[in-house]
Amino acid sequence: MKLFPVRGGIHPEYRKDATSEAAITPLPLPTALYLPLQQHIGAPAEPVVEAGQRVLKGQLLAHAGGSVSAPTHAPTSGVVEAITEVAAPHPSGLTQKTIVLLPDGREEWAELPAPIADPFATAPEILRRRVAESGIVGLGGATFPSAIKLSLGTQKKIDTLLLNGAECEPYLTCDDRVMREHAAEVVDGARIMAHILGAPKVVVGIEANKPAAIAAMTDAAKQFGNVEVVPVPVQYPMGSERHLTQAITGLETPARKLTADLGVVVHNVGTARAVHHAVRFGRPLLSRVVTVSGGAVAKPANLEVPLGTLVSDLVAFCGGLTQPPRRIVNGGPMMGQPLPGLEVPVVKGTCGILALTAGECDEQPPGPCIRCGTCVTICPCGLVPVEMAAYIRHDKLDAAAKVGVMDCVSCGSCSYVCPSHIPLVHYFNYAKGAITAADRDRRKQDSTKALIEAHNDRVEKALAAKKAAAAAAAAKRAAEAAAAQASSETSADKQGNP
Amino acid sequence: MLLDVGSLTVIGVTLGGLLGVAAKLLHVEEDPIEHELLGMLPGSQCGQCGYVGCGQYAHALAHEHAPVTLCAPGGKTTAETLAKRLGVKADLSEHEDKGPEYAVIDEDLCIGCLRCIGECTSDAIVGSVKHVHTVIADQCHGCAKCFKICPTEAIHMCKVPVTLGTWHWDKPHTDAATH
Repeated sequence: MKLFPVRGGIHPEYRKDATSEAAITPLPLPTALYLPLQQHIGAPAEPVVEAGQRVLKGQLLAHAGGSVSAPTHAPTSGVVEAITEVAAPHPSGLTQKTIVLLPDGREEWAELPAPIADPFATAPEILRRRVAESGIVGLGGATFPSAIKLSLGTQKKIDTLLLNGAECEPYLTCDDRVMREHAAEVVDGARIMAHILGAPKVVVGIEANKPAAIAAMTDAAKQFGNVEVVPVPVQYPMGSERHLTQAITGLETPARKLTADLGVVVHNVGTARAVHHAVRFGRPLLSRVVTVSGGAVAKPANLEVPLGTLVSDLVAFCGGLTQPPRRIVNGGPMMGQPLPGLEVPVVKGTCGILALTAGECDEQPPGPCIRCGTCVTICPCGLVPVEMAAYIRHDKLDAAAKVGVMDCVSCGSCSYVCPSHIPLVHYFNYAKGAITAADRDRRKQDSTKALIEAHNDRVEKALAAKKAAAAAAAAKRAAEAAAAQASSETSADKQGNP
Repeated sequence: MLLDVGSLTVIGVTLGGLLGVAAKLLHVEEDPIEHELLGMLPGSQCGQCGYVGCGQYAHALAHEHAPVTLCAPGGKTTAETLAKRLGVKADLSEHEDKGPEYAVIDEDLCIGCLRCIGECTSDAIVGSVKHVHTVIADQCHGCAKCFKICPTEAIHMCKVPVTLGTWHWDKPHTDAATH
């Protein structure tokens, strides 16, 4: 297959050797599971269980809280201890509503939806609903509800399902291992997704530094004519859906548009496997594969983790920490976010937990910009990081937005190459957050203004109605008085003239 | 033909002249900038800025160099919008941004007197006579008028909490000489 060049990008040290040969190990059940209601993009899920209730493995704990949302299921049987605020796996250290489940170790399954034996003879809508009810979200880390992405086929003509096995982040090997160990499941899931989308062809993009995964996937795909496995160049951020689409189709996704506008829908390989489980066995999303790595971890590993397990349980299973880590990262080292501590749960979007030593972190103080232009050369989105950062530094967020800060995908390549160690991507994350917050404020003010206007209108109308009623009453009284007078006059007349 | 053209010209000139005279005679003095500034304010007439209402504050902004940071319900966003329109620099350093607030009614203290409902300009309070009132937090914009009028001090103002959905990274602290 002919590949197309992608602009910019970098070649960081991949450091995948620590875990690339570590087979996926199931993590033993921990003593407690913490299942946040918001493990996805969109509205939080709404709990359907109460504290003290016994639940079975696979039972629905919380249903989708809106059109863009995803349900959560019990990863094992046990008792719901509480629904309470627990620290979220989020750099802010804020808490969020979480269902606390105490496993009883019996692993008793709830009654699951019936397996769909022949998905290719089933209507896409039924399959899509199954995916939605199984709580499947994008497992590459973006956590967008998959069923919504799978409904794009009804609105747009989709010709390719692009399966993302690029895994361009250093350290992470969970997708690599999933493809090597469960290739048949991934390919089957991908074919089901292509059927839902109405896409005639499936392309699996895998970075060329994963020859074993490419071999396994090619082997699993060879019996299906419409599934093609394509090795893509090793170049960060190849795993970004826009860039992978560009490498495969040569088309660049326009700003504020979706890859679906180009006829391509991108899904992660882990998501495909989850879809396979949901459709073929009726099993909801209960666990995921997580890479635990970094210089401070004693025995780096790939673990199949029940959702809601605390990060500290993962680290303990990997032999603990050999030294105090400089940083705990949720995700890869490029785009991952720091964690406030180890006592936070693994959620649907957790693809890696890295305990990095000081030697693995670049913490040199930022120096002056030397105008080398490297950040401009490597920006995979064609932006000018140096200019945007200068605007943001001077609080000119509007100007930064005009030169495209909202189109930045926060891949971190600019921060990585900057010889002056300027935290460029930090500026952009701040700007994107601040601009979104200002938008939210503006919308709130507009709605307040509308409410106040409606209120004033109503008060005015009520006042006018009151006045009119008073006037009418006065007129009526006057008329009555006049009538009474007239009648008394006539009667007087009558009396006067008998 | 000549008559048609002539009569139309006469009518045109007369009506035009009349309009011109009316525009001069019936001219209403209204400052466009004042109107525009008023549009940027929340319009709740809460008086927390120290002026009687939003209109008076807009007038003061336009003519008396009033600081742009006085509007409490509007917060930082309003201050910045006003500063941008007026071409002044919003001195947010001295402006103590309390952050958005909303009213909460203590149900044990509420006597159901309806006074707060009468004050609320955005219809954010519901309740009826001698029944406990409550605030619809999403509709409340923190003007605090109900807080002031409540006879039993059952209303207090709470900060709108930062959630995972609204949190964002702070601006990085770097040396001034960076760029």
